Amino acid sequence: MNSLDLARWQFAIVTVYHFLFVPITIGMAFYVAGMQTAWYRTGNVKYLRATKFFGKLFLINFAIGVVTGIVQEFQFGMNWSSYSRFVGDIFGAPLAMEGLLAFFLESTFLGLWIFGWDRLPKKLHLASIWAAATGTLLSAYFILAANAWMQHPVGYILNAQKGRAELTNIFTVLTQKTALTTFFHTIPSAAFTGAAFIAGISAWLIIKKKDVEMTRGTLKLGLIAMLISFVFVGISGDLTSRVMTQQQPMKMAAAEALYDTTGSAPFSLLTIGTLDGSRSVFQLDLPSVLSFLSTGDFKGVVAGVNDLQAKYEAQYGPGNYKPNIPLAYWSFRLMMGFGFLGAFFALLALFQMRKGGTPHGKWFLPAMATLPFMPLLANSFGWIFTETARQPWAVFGLIKTSAGVSQVVSSGAVLFTMITFTLLYGVLAVIELGLIFRTIHIGPRAEVEYDVHNVGGTDDRPLVMSY
Amino acid sequence: MSFQSVWFLLIAVLWVGYFILEGFDFGVGMLLSSLSRNEADRRAVLTTLGPVWDGNEVWLLVAGGATFAAFPEWYATLFSGFYFPLFLILVALIVRGVSFEYRSKYGKPAWRKRWDIAIFVGSALPALLWGVAFANIVRGVPLEKASSGSIEYVGGFFNLLNPYALLGGVVTLTVFLTHGAHFLALKTAGEIRIRAHSLAIRLGLIAAVAAVGFLVWSNAMLPSINTKFLVLSILTAFFWVGALIANLRGREGWAFIASSVAIATFVSGLFVALYPRVMPSSRGAQFDLTIFNASSSNYTLKVMTVVAVVMTPIVLVYQGWTYWVFRKRVSATQIAHPEVGVLDTLPQ
Repeated sequence: MNSLDLARWQFAIVTVYHFLFVPITIGMAFYVAGMQTAWYRTGNVKYLRATKFFGKLFLINFAIGVVTGIVQEFQFGMNWSSYSRFVGDIFGAPLAMEGLLAFFLESTFLGLWIFGWDRLPKKLHLASIWAAATGTLLSAYFILAANAWMQHPVGYILNAQKGRAELTNIFTVLTQKTALTTFFHTIPSAAFTGAAFIAGISAWLIIKKKDVEMTRGTLKLGLIAMLISFVFVGISGDLTSRVMTQQQPMKMAAAEALYDTTGSAPFSLLTIGTLDGSRSVFQLDLPSVLSFLSTGDFKGVVAGVNDLQAKYEAQYGPGNYKPNIPLAYWSFRLMMGFGFLGAFFALLALFQMRKGGTPHGKWFLPAMATLPFMPLLANSFGWIFTETARQPWAVFGLIKTSAGVSQVVSSGAVLFTMITFTLLYGVLAVIELGLIFRTIHIGPRAEVEYDVHNVGGTDDRPLVMSY
Repeated sequence: MSFQSVWFLLIAVLWVGYFILEGFDFGVGMLLSSLSRNEADRRAVLTTLGPVWDGNEVWLLVAGGATFAAFPEWYATLFSGFYFPLFLILVALIVRGVSFEYRSKYGKPAWRKRWDIAIFVGSALPALLWGVAFANIVRGVPLEKASSGSIEYVGGFFNLLNPYALLGGVVTLTVFLTHGAHFLALKTAGEIRIRAHSLAIRLGLIAAVAAVGFLVWSNAMLPSINTKFLVLSILTAFFWVGALIANLRGREGWAFIASSVAIATFVSGLFVALYPRVMPSSRGAQFDLTIFNASSSNYTLKVMTVVAVVMTPIVLVYQGWTYWVFRKRVSATQIAHPEVGVLDTLPQ
């Protein structure tokens, strides 16, 4: 493999890994803030137990999300310096804004929240988790705006003399349709992910008969939040695919392995085809659904891969403008499949919980134990789809991925860093899962009310929180 | 003042902030084991960092993001050129960050020991390598125009390990150690505080020798005397000595402030010596990266200036407030059951 392939693999590995933790963090920050608000409002100590228990799990995740995030920012310059030179004028701005507006907010107020239990008045302490949660939202918004610009560049001109794209309107970049639909797709997905995490863990505790008073409530919260957020994931997913069809028709055609332009195009549920995806042997279709998904009209015409290839050759010169079609086809389906499966289990469990019932049946334990993984898989496949099906472009229509890689970094160097990051991330994953399982095994602890006593001066009372 | 100069200044400010803040973090991380006699000491030491270390590290992320946005050519050349040092820093920061969070989960000595080593290495490596990296930037590294037209780094990894740069690394390492000791003297009570006091003086003297050597070398290296750099170098020495004297007299707050100011004048001095270059080339001035040939368009710089001017004061206020909230000294006696991990005991 050359340094381009290795740099792409490295990007895929560190980015997919980082994004396992991001949606859990965004989702759980808000649920934990909600639990603490319930405790603040009612004084019922079961909400405090929930806050502390899920807060602990949230922080174990957050730690890895933070440290792997630094790699995300550095790797553009390290492995993709030609890309960075080309896009820095535009792409750098949302990244810098993310740091100034979001990262400072998140990290500072999370520090206050973790260590502030006995140092801050209750109201301020509650406000700090809300501030940190807001920080996660802002962070998502800016980085998604930057990514949206790669999917659909706007608000720029090409400076031929400097050989780069230059920003002409920051508001266009930050408010374009692609950025907004992606944001409204990603945030409910994060809410879905966090909720599945809470629901899965609560279900496990119910099976183990631990703190049923609390966990029944958190199970219900997780399941309901899953279903509500899933509705929004669906609505925004529909909007996203329409925007995508307009802006990146090749991506939609690849997602459907639709080779020839078709009116009333079917949506294929299952295709058994040749390995390279060039021909199908067996297909199960929903007639006209693809046309509806991508154009909003059952009779709408959806462009096929071959026609788009011809069109792009005429527009951008000779070359291969097709992404990896089997990968696009399957990742798109796996994204939706895991999402639907998670939502289906949530619906089933919630149905059994009505009128004070407890979920039961042989399906319950395996379904709930795997529940947190379903949105994680759906998220990963979603990003694998959206990034790989944009290829060969790094920024659609402007710069190819092959032109973005660092010229001065050898393939050996990229291979070495890739192996090291992969091993390190693997070890961290094992430690993290171990800590999470242990935390769940111990379950929620009894919590007592305490006063705010450590403000100012010196005294020797024990600290509520220490490292 | 052009927008390019404004951004050169702002990036200098971000690095100053980063080195002052994460500088003491690194120092505390390295001193963790040498200043502690038992588990309660160690946890007290780490707890002084608890609420603030992550916010301190964001200064680096913002410095990186701001360089990307304001000087993409600088960001691209530096990050792809200084590939291995930055990679090592990344690995160190990853390991160090999770160590803080995970160390207290279990009480097993083997578990804690492993994280202690991770914290030490994760703090020492970046403390050393940031000095090496900055000294190399000031000294000038082999940069040439590539066929693509961009200015690229053409030296290897070992080229970065020259005596001047290594001395720069020793300076940041020892300065951060001393700065960390000042922080611990200010933020802890009891035995740790006393030990931090006496260690700060010894470390501070070593740092002083290294820093004076480095600054003399740096000033002499320039083709002509740069008065502003010279003044800032002298001020650095002045504040550093002031910090050591304040520490000797038991004025911990002043010692910490003075070593912070010394770091600020030191880092500003390096930026002043560079200006208007951002990465001088050792292969000739025509290959220098400057604020002019490395910068973004005026529009982008203007947008970013508005964002920075509005946000930076707000960030300073709330980060400052965090330090106020946690202004109390931490003492080892306040750590209840230091040997027990969060995940050790069964629910009551």
